[in-house]
Amino acid sequence: MIERTDPWIPESYHIVKTWREIPDTFTMELKPTDGREIPRFASGQFNMLYVFGVGEIPVSISGDPSQRGILTHTTRAVGAVSRALCDLKEGAVVGVRGPYGSHWPVAEAMGKDVVIAAGGLGLAPLRSAVREIVAARERFGKVSVLYGARTVEDILFRRELEGWRARFDLDVYVTVDHADAAWRGSVGVVTRFVARAAFNPEQVVAMVCGPEVMMRYTARELEKCGVVDDAIYLSMERNMKCAVGLCGHCQFQQFFVCKDGPVFAYHRVKSLLAKGEI
Amino acid sequence: MDVSPTDLVGHGFLKGMAGEQLAALATCGAGYRSYAEGEFICREGANADEFHLIEHGLVALETTAADRRSLVMVTLEGGEVLGWSWMFPPYRWYFDARAVAATRTLALNGALVRAACQNDPQLGYELTRRIARVVIERLQATRLHALDLYNTHPPRK
Ligand SMILES: Cc1cc2nc3c(=O)[nH]c(=O)nc-3n(C[C@H](O)[C@H](O)[C@H](O)COP(=O)(O)OP(=O)(O)OC[C@H]3O[C@@H](n4cnc5c(N)ncnc54)[C@H](O)[C@@H]3O)c2cc1C
Ligand code: FES
Repeated sequence: MIERTDPWIPESYHIVKTWREIPDTFTMELKPTDGREIPRFASGQFNMLYVFGVGEIPVSISGDPSQRGILTHTTRAVGAVSRALCDLKEGAVVGVRGPYGSHWPVAEAMGKDVVIAAGGLGLAPLRSAVREIVAARERFGKVSVLYGARTVEDILFRRELEGWRARFDLDVYVTVDHADAAWRGSVGVVTRFVARAAFNPEQVVAMVCGPEVMMRYTARELEKCGVVDDAIYLSMERNMKCAVGLCGHCQFQQFFVCKDGPVFAYHRVKSLLAKGEI
Repeated sequence: MDVSPTDLVGHGFLKGMAGEQLAALATCGAGYRSYAEGEFICREGANADEFHLIEHGLVALETTAADRRSLVMVTLEGGEVLGWSWMFPPYRWYFDARAVAATRTLALNGALVRAACQNDPQLGYELTRRIARVVIERLQATRLHALDLYNTHPPRK
């Protein structure tokens, strides 16, 4: 582990490679400009990415935790900073602070079945977890990956999903909300697939990431199948500034999402999720 | 091929149903149907004289958009039920249903099932309860679908 001197000061990284995944979403690979190793991270953690002169935003790490030389982020261009980030070209320098926050319970899931449910860009923070699980596949029970996207064109990491689907030891369900007759796959909300996935509800860990409504209903479907709420994990998003639990910007009732999250056991946030404004 | 009550109980929709009720359903014109990829199982507006318990495959419920493109509303898979237009007049299919992949179904004759339910209210209640459950699940999924979750983002705090 690299010792960080000051958590407020971003380290400079240059963009080694950047590419468009789907129309508004880009993946970039970063390396420290001074050739150091990247800090160790766990699946589900995030970094604060600083576009100089524009601003800083939290972005989950979408790469493999065991890949030590490269830091991978997948970002959707939605506003000033994320757009500027996606516009950067190879060779450009960005500031990186992190990794921060809690992580997916991959180690806790060993010996159990695993359900990974992602909606839209929610697959980015979960990809790290899937890669970790695939790398040590024999240590887990049945593994199901359920993924829902808006349209066929919005399917993130399509090639990788196909690769996972081709494996005999992963059950992969991909569905889209809108499609025409040219699409040969499933259409409908991803929550429908929970009941179809093969898992032992008493011996399963579920990891869910996507829009809050999708996570809430996926968690309910899991509960309907008999999964207890402390075996379900969700990743929450809130606006962030400091990312180290000081400014209160990311407060979610009694929690600071940057420090206590972003990955929470469902039983901790269940009552808060149903409320409109907190 | 003849359909026995045991064939019927193997389908998720009828799981746990009493033996005599399954036996009654097995006499309702039950038969296996196979559809090749791309083949229509039913067409919008046509008589809904059958409904299908999907054994395996993938079925798209479709309608035609103004530009004549077929839009898929939802897909159904093995273990699911296709069709409830047979229950109520005018007994006409509301959408097209097309096999997206090779599909096998167990079809039941709507008029005969209605008559069997009329004769045996217990069977009628049991079947209606099961269909209501499917309808509720589909309605809930449709509501979520209508939210277009991945287009808009939850309000940021
Ligand atoms: C822990 C954590 C992990 C995250 N991981 C990722 C990730 O891996 N990839 C990624 O792309 N984003 C991720 N985000 C979201 C990302 O931080 C925001 O999209 C970003 O902060 C938006 O800043 P902006 O300046 O570009 O847009 P802003 O100017 O802040 O917002 C512009 C517009 O976009 C809307 N908006 C803001 N955030 C989002 C959003 N997340 N999705 C859709 N619309 C939004 C706003 O409501 C506003 O209308 C994560 C957020 C958190 C808290
Ligand atoms: S971002 Fe400052 S407390 Fe979480």
